[in-house]
Amino acid sequence: MGKDAISNHIRNLRFQHNEMTQQQLADKAGVTRQTIVAIEKGNYSPSLELAFRIARVFGKSIEEVFQYEDKQ
Amino acid sequence: MSYQEKKIFVSIISSLLIFTLYTFYAIQNAEEGSITSDTDFRFWGSFLLVLLPVSIVAKVIIHIVFVIINKMATNEDGPSFEDEFDKIIELKADRISLYVFFFGFILSMVPLVTDLPTYLTFLLLIFFGFLSDLLGRIAQFYFYRKGV
Repeated sequence: MGKDAISNHIRNLRFQHNEMTQQQLADKAGVTRQTIVAIEKGNYSPSLELAFRIARVFGKSIEEVFQYEDKQ
Repeated sequence: MSYQEKKIFVSIISSLLIFTLYTFYAIQNAEEGSITSDTDFRFWGSFLLVLLPVSIVAKVIIHIVFVIINKMATNEDGPSFEDEFDKIIELKADRISLYVFFFGFILSMVPLVTDLPTYLTFLLLIFFGFLSDLLGRIAQFYFYRKGV
């Protein structure tokens, strides 16, 4: 499972972008709200393509939105 | 609970209901001795052939009722498409279903090569067919809750 290894700032970024709702972000990224919920909670690591789409919604680079924690 | 979780929950309950009710109905209407017969398998053939369309039609009706009730209660529309999260969950759940059914299929061959009654083969095939579908749905529900 992709838990813990990839974290993200989506929740903060949504609030910084005019308190964007999860549904609005989902519509802009082309996924369902359930997927945004799972990503925000760290329950799902999105594909690279989706990660880029989410980052572009916020006008950020992918590493400003997602962080990979190497546990070794 | 999200729309997907609610939909799967309804699907689990409807699967249980349809299978249980239909099994009771079929057993009660079976001719005497037809279930345990070692030479006449018409009961098992008709059980499966009728169960499939009955469960498909019943599930479609239950789904329509669910959509209407959910819309009235929450004013929420379900997603009109499946995204990568839905697809990966479906694939993982299908894999679990397949493993369970394959195990049941192998197990159902045992009565054919032993002294056990032949009707156990059909019983095991039907039971594991149902169980594989049920466990697949439960796995989907779990993955939506806990992630993949």
